[in-house]
Amino acid sequence: MKLITHNMLTSNIIKGVTKGFPLKIVAPTDKVQIVEVDFNPEFTSRMMHKLDYDALYTAAETLGHSEGLPKEVVPDFETNEEFLKKVHHVLMQIEVQEGELVCPETGRAFPIHNGIPNMLLKEDEV
Amino acid sequence: MTELKSIIKVFSAIPLLNKVVHEQKNPFFVVDLPPEAASQIMDRTFLVRSLFEYWAEGHTKEELYDNLRKLSKDFIAPFLKHDKTFRVKIEAYNKTLTPDQKLEKIQSLPQDVLDFQGKANLKWPDNSFHLFEYYGPAGSTPYEEPSVIYFGRFLKDGQRDKIQQYHLQKRHFIGNTSMDAGLSLIMANMGKVKHGDLVYDPFVGSGSLLVACAHFGAYVAGSDIDYTIVHGVGKSSRHKNKKRSSDESIHTNLKQYNLQHHYIDILLADSSKHNMLRTGVQFDAIITDPPYGIREPSKKIAGTRDKNNTLDVKTNYSLSESFLDLLNFAAKFLKLGGCLVYWLPIYRPDYTEDNIPQHPSLKLVGNCEQTLTTLIARRLIVMEKCSTCQGDVGEKGAIVVEDHYKNNFRDRYFQVGLPQTQYNGEEQINSKDTEDDT
Repeated sequence: MKLITHNMLTSNIIKGVTKGFPLKIVAPTDKVQIVEVDFNPEFTSRMMHKLDYDALYTAAETLGHSEGLPKEVVPDFETNEEFLKKVHHVLMQIEVQEGELVCPETGRAFPIHNGIPNMLLKEDEV
Repeated sequence: MTELKSIIKVFSAIPLLNKVVHEQKNPFFVVDLPPEAASQIMDRTFLVRSLFEYWAEGHTKEELYDNLRKLSKDFIAPFLKHDKTFRVKIEAYNKTLTPDQKLEKIQSLPQDVLDFQGKANLKWPDNSFHLFEYYGPAGSTPYEEPSVIYFGRFLKDGQRDKIQQYHLQKRHFIGNTSMDAGLSLIMANMGKVKHGDLVYDPFVGSGSLLVACAHFGAYVAGSDIDYTIVHGVGKSSRHKNKKRSSDESIHTNLKQYNLQHHYIDILLADSSKHNMLRTGVQFDAIITDPPYGIREPSKKIAGTRDKNNTLDVKTNYSLSESFLDLLNFAAKFLKLGGCLVYWLPIYRPDYTEDNIPQHPSLKLVGNCEQTLTTLIARRLIVMEKCSTCQGDVGEKGAIVVEDHYKNNFRDRYFQVGLPQTQYNGEEQINSKDTEDDT
């Protein structure tokens, strides 16, 4: 699972949960991989407009991969390639292979296996 | 035509087609396009077979020759030069011409106008000229004489060959209902998918639609409720293999075509649960093929107890409900101007336009039938988000005027119907079209 995806997921599907974002990532360090993905500045810049940047930063920090990433969005982010490269790295190049996404309201854990989060609920959670 | 119009929107710099006169079953049509635009279109289209520079037309051959004579000498001159090789080909639509007939027709073209000074080269000419005769719609009794004849110079072919490149036969990972390569690419065109877009498929299966979107440079993600397909495990869908090999996945499919840099993620999830995605998430396109309840059952997670009081966790999802859900999902998560492209299965005797699901924020821009048998077809629906939805209207605004699936669709599907590739009265999604350019 990449952090760009984590930035979209919530646990509001659970009955009664309204503040299910962002999910907390729990993953052993050896199950977090760095992959190489071609940098596309236009794409990264467009994504910046739709991201929850704080959630992205916190997620990167949790995984220990936030070095170099500013805590706040720089004002000229659309054209600042250096900044965009750092965002690209965090968004697209960090992959969690095994771990859990934890609901901030209920503590319910959604497993991640083979890089794929399992967001399916049990019968009593719907 | 729908594919062509969508492609034109991708290249928004192209001025809109002025009044394209297109007779429904006639595979030829004339357009007015700047040459660069024409080139861009031909680089993307799979349904338009070829593009020709329009020279003249006529309802009779005399009329055609008259019109050819009216062409300016300056226009024709460059092609007549002695150092330019040429060939003239003739194609009759809906009729087979004998070689003698072909020769005769070519030779009766006005030699005073088409006064080629250069040599003829049948294989690799500098310029290839084409005479097209239309003898009526395919499959009907050919007219005695062609109703219209065109003459033009070949410019460019469409992308039909790409379909071979992505053929499912060579795809590493397929499922029982993987979308074929040609249709996947056409769907991506219908969805105006372009470089840098973010595309989502909520019924992703083996990812064949994502592969097509990645081909156009989009970044792709999707979800599916089925563990075995998402993880690429279990029984293989290929005839010979028993089990899937250990590296079957959507990611390896993309890697096969060097598109792995466009892979975002696949989720194991129930696409009817819209709250899984945060409000504010936006996709440029949603391209999908929802289950029709025939080979893959439509499912969602809900709690219902059966007569033994055991919980049937995955409950059957009525077809109508699943399409309404899809529209609500698209209305919420598409950007303005973004497209939803999906297949709607229909039982032809009952079909009416009222069966197409609607939503106040989505405009219907395409509805093309692919006939499968005399009784069953599926329609490729293209919808464009035209307004942002507010609150409940957005979340639950999808409606269908006339529910097509009141009667069990699955039972109707298994009724005997005759296989068909032609159907009178509608533009077929499989048709071959040729295009002339002024």
